[in-house]
Amino acid sequence: MSRATLGWIVLSWVGFALLPWYGFDRTAVLTLTDYFVSGSALIHGLGGAWWLLPILVPLCMALAPVFRPAAQTNGNWLIASGLLGLALIVVQGFSIGLNGWMLDILRGLFGEPGPSQAGMGYGAALTATAFLIVLCHGLAAHGWCRGDAFVTSSIGVVIALIAVFVFFPVTTILASAFADNSGNFAPFEFFGKFMDRSIWGLDCLSSNLRCGVAWNTLFLGLLVGVGTTALGLAFALIATRTEFRFKKLLRVMSVLPIITPPFVIGLALILLFGRSGALSNVLWEWFGVPRSRWIYGLPGVLIAQLLAFTPIAFLVLIGVVQGISPTLEEASQTLRAKSWTTFWTVTLPLMRPGLANAFLLGFVESLADFGNPLVLGGNYEVLSTKIFFAVVGAQQDQGRAAVLSIILLAFTLGAFWLQHAWLGKKVYTTVTGKGDAGIPLPLPRRVALASYFTAIPWASFTVAVYAVIVVGAFVRSMGRDYTPTLEHFLTAFRVESSDSGFYFSGSAWDSFFATVKVAALSAPLTAAIGLLTAYLLTRQRFSGQRAFEFGTLLSFAIPGTVVGVSYILAFNVPPIEITGTGFILVMCFVFRNMPVGVRSGIATLSQIDKSLDEASLTLGAGSSTTMRRIVLPLLRPAIVASLVYSFVRAMTAVSAVIFLVTAEYNMATTYIVGRVEAGEFGLAIAYSTVLILVMLLAIVAIQLAVGERRLGRRSASTAPSPVAVQAVP
Amino acid sequence: MNVKKNLVAATMLAGTMTALSFMSAGTAQAQGALVMYCGVQEEWCRAMTTAFERETGIKVSMTRKSAGEVYAQVKAEAANPRADIWWGGTGDPHMQAAEEGITEEYKSPKMGELQDWAVRQWEQSKGRTVGIYSGALGFGYNTDLVKSNNIPEPKCWADLLKPELKDEVQVADPNSSGTAYTLLATIVQIMGEDKGFEYLKALHKNVNQYTKSGAAPAKAMALGETTAGIAFMHDIVTMVVDKAPVKVVAPCEGTGYEIGSMSLIKGAKNMDNAKKFYDWALTADAQKLGADAKSYQVPSNKSTPIPPQSPKLSDIKLINFDFAKYGSSAERKRLLSKWDNEVKNLPK
Repeated sequence: MSRATLGWIVLSWVGFALLPWYGFDRTAVLTLTDYFVSGSALIHGLGGAWWLLPILVPLCMALAPVFRPAAQTNGNWLIASGLLGLALIVVQGFSIGLNGWMLDILRGLFGEPGPSQAGMGYGAALTATAFLIVLCHGLAAHGWCRGDAFVTSSIGVVIALIAVFVFFPVTTILASAFADNSGNFAPFEFFGKFMDRSIWGLDCLSSNLRCGVAWNTLFLGLLVGVGTTALGLAFALIATRTEFRFKKLLRVMSVLPIITPPFVIGLALILLFGRSGALSNVLWEWFGVPRSRWIYGLPGVLIAQLLAFTPIAFLVLIGVVQGISPTLEEASQTLRAKSWTTFWTVTLPLMRPGLANAFLLGFVESLADFGNPLVLGGNYEVLSTKIFFAVVGAQQDQGRAAVLSIILLAFTLGAFWLQHAWLGKKVYTTVTGKGDAGIPLPLPRRVALASYFTAIPWASFTVAVYAVIVVGAFVRSMGRDYTPTLEHFLTAFRVESSDSGFYFSGSAWDSFFATVKVAALSAPLTAAIGLLTAYLLTRQRFSGQRAFEFGTLLSFAIPGTVVGVSYILAFNVPPIEITGTGFILVMCFVFRNMPVGVRSGIATLSQIDKSLDEASLTLGAGSSTTMRRIVLPLLRPAIVASLVYSFVRAMTAVSAVIFLVTAEYNMATTYIVGRVEAGEFGLAIAYSTVLILVMLLAIVAIQLAVGERRLGRRSASTAPSPVAVQAVP
Repeated sequence: MNVKKNLVAATMLAGTMTALSFMSAGTAQAQGALVMYCGVQEEWCRAMTTAFERETGIKVSMTRKSAGEVYAQVKAEAANPRADIWWGGTGDPHMQAAEEGITEEYKSPKMGELQDWAVRQWEQSKGRTVGIYSGALGFGYNTDLVKSNNIPEPKCWADLLKPELKDEVQVADPNSSGTAYTLLATIVQIMGEDKGFEYLKALHKNVNQYTKSGAAPAKAMALGETTAGIAFMHDIVTMVVDKAPVKVVAPCEGTGYEIGSMSLIKGAKNMDNAKKFYDWALTADAQKLGADAKSYQVPSNKSTPIPPQSPKLSDIKLINFDFAKYGSSAERKRLLSKWDNEVKNLPK
């Protein structure tokens, strides 16, 4: 019986008997006593909430080992206590809701409306966590994970978090696909909605009618996946295998679109290529090319998504291209292969994991993208916008939104499965501990030319788009009135001084502060949970590891729109009632972005030899010291990557948060989407430039705070650069 | 083990952060606050909140959303309301909410100062919603484009069907925008349902894009992205005041209108403050703010000066819009799915 176990048993009692069991009515004026004792489960239980009292049984069971510390059966007591405690909390939480019984059976048995209760608060959260840890300690006492309570607890906590914040909401939304509008079980409605012609119709092949939205989405996703991979490869080859002079510039440009709120790109495209856009004007006046509205629809969305997601493909591929061992290519040449043959049969196949990952990311990002189709979609409908309007549109059909979400989820998971199948079990390892003296071969001529011809026009195009963004922020009305002005910045970020100090009267301040706060809170949490999971996956062996890994991947596979809807469905009513708080936004971001922490953590940890940890331990350092002085400093690139990525994502994500924002927690992105929808492009662009600046500052600050990893290497470090790892969404 | 301590510390940290974000939500609302869902343009929403905060010291947390989004959210939150007042936005969703009983009855002492149409809205909803402004539906066109392409100036709904305007008319999608639903209901009331749908089908050939938001066609006209656009006339006037080459048209056949409304949310946590806002929003002083924020609707308080830029209601042939019938959710659902099936899926 360790001190930690004892501590958690004490905490379970604290949560039950001292802390407020229920969440606060957020309008009430709170006093100190509200935080202690008076709102506790014990007081509630004695005062009529009888369903809370059975929880005392497992609480007491956990005390048995405390009084007989040496007994053999202690592990069993802890397991039983933890399991029973969790079960009781879950059962009472899901059977008694805000307006009485939640299940029809209970209503039938005990009459309506039955007892009612609010959502769980700190007390319930603490007690439930304590039960979970007690259970894990019990399992460790039984010898799980070589009896390491830290490992079992970590696994337990991560599984519980994924269950609550990924599985629970996702199953909620999948369930509503099988219900009619009033919430009754109606499986036949599902087939009706699922087989709808507006989803699967193929009319565009045979006539000039529209095709189903599912085909539209799939088609767009495939185009974007192929396009971003090709462009990304061209950039990566130029950056690593040629003597191109502006490589540095290329790197900077590769980061820019990642920290740009995605729909801003769509906006810039309208201002350039819209019917009255700047370039359309030039084409019309100089060459007589008639103005048209071609940008609204598939072409526009495609271009915008290519611009937005090519950098991700680039960052994935550059790491892979750098990692390819020149020795293999030299061997090929020694065997008299021409440089083209070498490229085609050695270099390219070795890039397969990179190509597959880049394609997958482009495909998934395209499916989940909401801002660009909203701005540029015209009459080309895709699933992400369709899901949104199924919920907020005039018809208010949540079941339909759920059906569409299932289709979107199926596409994403299908892509994952295909990627796995394509990569197969071949070995792609080329970075080994042994020195590699080879020099990377120059590219074959035609590959180099092809790369230049793809990359350079595209790069200048990107520059043009960003020029529009900068100019657009400082003129009255882009496309109509080019008078320079600071009006947009004043509207958004005006500060007035009054007697009582400064008054932030600009319309963007609220959303700006909320966004920075949520991003700053979610970034460290994301990094912590992600790296902990990575540690478990690489340094520990336990049964069910594959399933565990799949669980962490799931939140990454689910498109943002689906996550947003499912969070509203799952968390607006007790037992977990957190809509309208900043907490739900933080949790949403943490579990959306956690996989990046996991991925970069795994990548970095698997490079670090275990013998380093062991050496430190042998020299007498405790495991805490080892962690602090050996492992964490070596993990710096992974820490930076997950911090930067989750911060940036929290500031630029649209689809997931558009359902979760409230008056207090309005996010910058939803504000900007609103401005874009109302046609106030100047304001939207001005706000976006401010966000881009904030993100740049944050990235620099994170780099400075975490610091560089110093490796005793003679040449440039082979470790992937932080930015390169952040590319996994 | 020390590692365990790390875990404990991490958990504690997470807990504290959670607590902080919960509590900050609590304190923001504790000191006399009001949560408002706002359904008009951002500037106007901001002007209202700022003015009310300055006058009463009550902190307003405002979220701007389109009328449909507000309605979806209020409905989703009905079991446990988050908002106190829903101010602005077209009247339909307010009426629907009233019908479903998710908004609260209230008779303001300012009722006597209001125009008849505002009071009628209140009566029809059994006291659950009140008119705060009204605006007529119309269309506009980009004068430059009309001139350079030699298109005869459209004056009536029927003119929008002319072949010269093929692919040149923009209007919102009624599934997502209240403005476009008003158009649907207006056309059905002017022409009768069968002829009305014939009209909409013919119009479909000329529509280049069904936008998501109701005011978007006005902005697109100003930019020259479309020649003609259907929207509320006050939204087009905003563009004209902004010196865009746009002309507003009150259709010769007559037109429908919206009554922008305000409702109290049933079970509001700050009901007293909400009522304070409700009374204040009906005063002439508060309603004057609209024109300052470049929103040119006709205010509902009789003594509010009507902004000179507003389209004169006397020049417009207003139809006798049946809000009770076309605001009901059954009729709405029927018309929308009919529009989806018969109009939206047509080939161009």
